[in-house]
Amino acid sequence: MSAPLTGPLPGLVPGTTTADGAGPLVLQLEEVTKTYPVEPPVEALRGVSFSIHQGELVAIVGPSGSGKTTLLHLMGALDRPSSGRVLVTGLDVAMLADRELSALRATRIGFVFQQFFLAEHQSVLDNVADGLLYAGASLLERRQAASRALLRVGLADKLGSLPTKLSGGQRQRVAIARAIVGRPAIVLADEPTGNLDSAAGASVLELFAELNAQGSTIAVITHDMGVAARTKRVVQLLDGRVVSDGSPGPGPTATGSPFHE
Amino acid sequence: MSNPTPPVPARLRLRDLARLSSVGIRTRKLRAGLSALGIAIGVAAIVAVLGLSASSQAGLLAEINELGTNLLTVTNGQTLFGQTAELPIDSPGMIGRIGPVTDVQYVGALSSASVYKSPFVPSVDTNALSVDAASLGLPGAVGTTVAQGAYLNAANQNEPVAVLGAAAAQRLGIDYIYSGQRIWLGGMWFYVVGILNAAVLTPEIDSAVLVGFPAAETYLGFDGHPSEIYLRCETSQVNAVYSVLANAANPEAPNEVDVAQPSEALTAEADAKAALNTLFLGLGAVSLLVGAVGVANIMIISVLERRSEIGLRRALGATKGHIRLQFMSEAVLLSLLGGAVGVAVGALATAIYASTQPGWLVVVPPLAWAGGFGAALLIGAVAGLMPALRAARMSPTEALWSI
Repeated sequence: MSAPLTGPLPGLVPGTTTADGAGPLVLQLEEVTKTYPVEPPVEALRGVSFSIHQGELVAIVGPSGSGKTTLLHLMGALDRPSSGRVLVTGLDVAMLADRELSALRATRIGFVFQQFFLAEHQSVLDNVADGLLYAGASLLERRQAASRALLRVGLADKLGSLPTKLSGGQRQRVAIARAIVGRPAIVLADEPTGNLDSAAGASVLELFAELNAQGSTIAVITHDMGVAARTKRVVQLLDGRVVSDGSPGPGPTATGSPFHE
Repeated sequence: MSNPTPPVPARLRLRDLARLSSVGIRTRKLRAGLSALGIAIGVAAIVAVLGLSASSQAGLLAEINELGTNLLTVTNGQTLFGQTAELPIDSPGMIGRIGPVTDVQYVGALSSASVYKSPFVPSVDTNALSVDAASLGLPGAVGTTVAQGAYLNAANQNEPVAVLGAAAAQRLGIDYIYSGQRIWLGGMWFYVVGILNAAVLTPEIDSAVLVGFPAAETYLGFDGHPSEIYLRCETSQVNAVYSVLANAANPEAPNEVDVAQPSEALTAEADAKAALNTLFLGLGAVSLLVGAVGVANIMIISVLERRSEIGLRRALGATKGHIRLQFMSEAVLLSLLGGAVGVAVGALATAIYASTQPGWLVVVPPLAWAGGFGAALLIGAVAGLMPALRAARMSPTEALWSI
């Protein structure tokens, strides 16, 4: 299965799954399992394989308990798999030390959370600038990048506001700006619309689509099939396994993936 | 692999670390203030105790220095049989022939004479006053001055006149001199001609009533033997003079002579006073310890409360080291704030109290403020260590998803 994955140039990997996803691979999962050593042991993931190319917008959907959050941990290099391989921008997560994983997250992965996790005492600008705090940029560079990112998410007029003065939808936009401020290889969004009403949720999804159109690679993890319906590619998860991978409409199917037998 | 080089974590800039370490303090001001209070109190106590003792000591030492450390005293000691020895009548003269000696003055105790304000005072009420025959330059030698009236002089030393030491005047109830004022001394009236200021180096002069040597011999049956000799010498030669003094004062029986340096004794006394402060320093240390526990406690609570912040920072790319450093420096900053307030309060307390005390100098020794800051720094580091390790050990996934 792994001939394409070990190739020197991911951009040349054949058999990409989406129509426009011909870019290099940013994320590869090969037969990934994750078992939590509690009593009795919980098998959260039981052999998950798929990959995400640069420029893709992917929804990973599944009911609660399907292993979504565990998958997010692994995709975000926050945790290591029990077996199988997770490669972020070609780097095997299992082979990296904890501090190297931290640096990987600092420079190549952006996170968006359901609860936003914004610092209430800090201005919107500084919240976004903190997205680059651990990447080694100076405060001035961080703030310049932050104001550009806020421009991209449509909050250029809120730089000095405190997050508490913003609506839920605006707060999530701030969080998204923080995720994209360092131009990461991939943005991972965990239930980004979970705390929002439907209108705000729709506008956040629209923003993802816009950012994706500008070239960002985004994976949205959600239980909401409505969210999934708005992306070109959907990976469906059930009981720790991928049950389908492809376009919600006509297009390549799960069997079209090079990682599925 | 498309990119086989793993990324290297960036170092936090000092400015960013300063911002990070003040996050907890800026967002929870009251709590930070209260937890720093314990350290502030402890540091203030230590600074104030050290400052006050240094201030009182500095005042005393300055006074001693002003009075001179070159005063030596020679006292009649005891004979081998335990009786009071006598100094030879010519011992002041013999001492005066020691090269570096610049001034020799002396008194002779009139142990049989008592002094009263009037003959009607019961004879047992001696007020613990002594009567001494005194040489004419005594005040200058012992470092005191005349407060009122005049001292004995060549003209009146043959007459029944007396000069009162500071304490003696107080005990006799004589505040000022008027013409014809007299006291009942050794069974006859003596006229009071002067009152001395306090003699810090020689408190025995304070409680003495001084008369002239010739008058003492004429009216009080004094035998002329000096009982205590006060001499000044060149400051650099004090030790040399000290070593030959007994032989010079009484060549026949140098073992019956006591030699002393009053300023030494006073300096030792000042040091002994400072030693008493150990107790208060101990109390300050206990208060610091309590402050340290307070800071550690608040930091542990803070780490638990800020799980999601820690998780977010890990997700944003913070290493365990970054998290450890952040919480460590927050604890240090917290206790340094307490330390700064403590040093300021302690120094202020020292300044206010010392300036109201006569004879004190305001001194905050470097040991006090540097020690206060040092203690605060150390406490912050120790108190912050465990919480910081806990924060760093927290797994990012648990920190983010188990709230």
